[in-house]
Amino acid sequence: MVRFENVGLRYGMGQEILRDLTFRIEPNSFQFLTGPSGAGKTSLLKLLFLSLKPTRGLITLFGRDTSTLNGDGLSALRRRIGIVFQDFRLLDHMTTYENVALPFRIMGRDERSYRNEVVELLRWVGLGDRMWALPPVLSGGEKQRAAIARAVVARPQLLLADEPTGNVDPSLGQRLLHLFQELNKSGTSIVIATHDIALMDQFDARRLVLHGGRLHLYD
Amino acid sequence: MAPARKTAAPIAQDTQHRAVEAPLPKMESPIVPHQSIGGRALVAVVAIMTFLAALTTGAVMLVRMNAADWQAEVLREVTIQIRPVDGKVTDKTVDEAVGIVRGFEGISEVRPYSQAESGQLLEPWLGSGLSLDELPVPRVIVVKLDTGSALDVPALRKALTEKVPGISVDDHRGWIDRMRAIADFVMIGGIVVLGLVIAATILSVNFATRGAMAANRPVIEVLHFIGAQDRFIAGQFQRHFLWLGLKGGLIGGAAAILLFALIRPVEAMIRGNAGPEQFAALFGSISLGFNGYLMILAQIVVIAAVASEASRRTVNQTIASI
Repeated sequence: MVRFENVGLRYGMGQEILRDLTFRIEPNSFQFLTGPSGAGKTSLLKLLFLSLKPTRGLITLFGRDTSTLNGDGLSALRRRIGIVFQDFRLLDHMTTYENVALPFRIMGRDERSYRNEVVELLRWVGLGDRMWALPPVLSGGEKQRAAIARAVVARPQLLLADEPTGNVDPSLGQRLLHLFQELNKSGTSIVIATHDIALMDQFDARRLVLHGGRLHLYD
Repeated sequence: MAPARKTAAPIAQDTQHRAVEAPLPKMESPIVPHQSIGGRALVAVVAIMTFLAALTTGAVMLVRMNAADWQAEVLREVTIQIRPVDGKVTDKTVDEAVGIVRGFEGISEVRPYSQAESGQLLEPWLGSGLSLDELPVPRVIVVKLDTGSALDVPALRKALTEKVPGISVDDHRGWIDRMRAIADFVMIGGIVVLGLVIAATILSVNFATRGAMAANRPVIEVLHFIGAQDRFIAGQFQRHFLWLGLKGGLIGGAAAILLFALIRPVEAMIRGNAGPEQFAALFGSISLGFNGYLMILAQIVVIAAVASEASRRTVNQTIASI
């Protein structure tokens, strides 16, 4: 599904912050991406999400060399990836329902074809009575769940989550991880970036550990 | 995905957020937020600049229209002056000149001024109550030409000077040439000013659009990250900013049109005062006409298109910078 070969990344003329990354993410897999603060977790997620181009090396996503993608090709690949941002990135002028339904809307689908699906997902993540609420009045946990719902509503093949439990209390963090496990069971590959070792210890999953710009794999 | 959600439902149970018995929500919000300070400022900028551009356009068109009308009007008239050669000009001499003039083609009216009327023409300079009998006052004959007349003025002049001593024929050609040069100068100046106003309008609308777009960067980023195609994002913003531009343009353009439309009734209301009448005598009609209003409407569309295009370019630049 995802293949990195000798990938390196530097910002501007600085030194490489990611060096010689070589790994694969298999279909239907579950992995944590971890490492100390500033190790480059978010940068690696951005590479996975095609928000950054590597300075060197080869990235293959769903069988396509990402360096050859044009704008439409990039959009098509992104629709197969769901992403949960650390800062949620919900649109403040839209209701929770409208935020979560956004991936369908940009596909040009008729609202009647997905309304029930979105409502069902919102109820499932516990936002059934917050569907009309605007993001500024949602709590941190509610925003987090809305962001996750938006990332998974179009059933992506790969889900990337950047510190998805960083803004919630431990018990809600655990529940969110259960949610990711359920998604994984339904066929989505999951990559969760976190530095919460206690949380990772509760789940038997592959770990990608970034340290000193290099990646260490613990299967 | 759906079956897994139904069986697991972990969050819903734990957070006590049960399915609510309420109507299903609807997609009502636009993708691009409609209410923003930047958007309102853009509408204001577009309205003001459209108003100024429309006023300038109207003024240039009025000058052009009236200069042409006025020149045509003056060119349809020839003034004949008979100066007294020995004493004073007799009615017989005037009648003789009138007879010669009437013999030419392309003349619609010949109006000889009487001794008293000729004297009245001098009143502004000599004052009233003066006996003109003692003065060598010239006599004036005003000749009106048919529309499109090709009167042979040199032939008329030759015929008159051969028969009537002290006569001169003025077809205002030299004066018209000087006035035409002035009118052309005013027109060129007006067009230059109009060009500058339109350039300033385009630039200010462009910058105001970019300013309004700056607040929308998070929207562009989110749409881009969830897989929206670039043309979809650009289309959303183009439509929104085209509407903002049209709104501002219509406000400014309508204000200018209203101003031009109100000039005539206001002029009629205050008719009788010396000011408006002298103004009308000097500058002629102050009505824009169909073409003038059409030009203002075209400006509204162009300015709205500038806002729309600026938003499209800003979206593309933003996407490229993400």
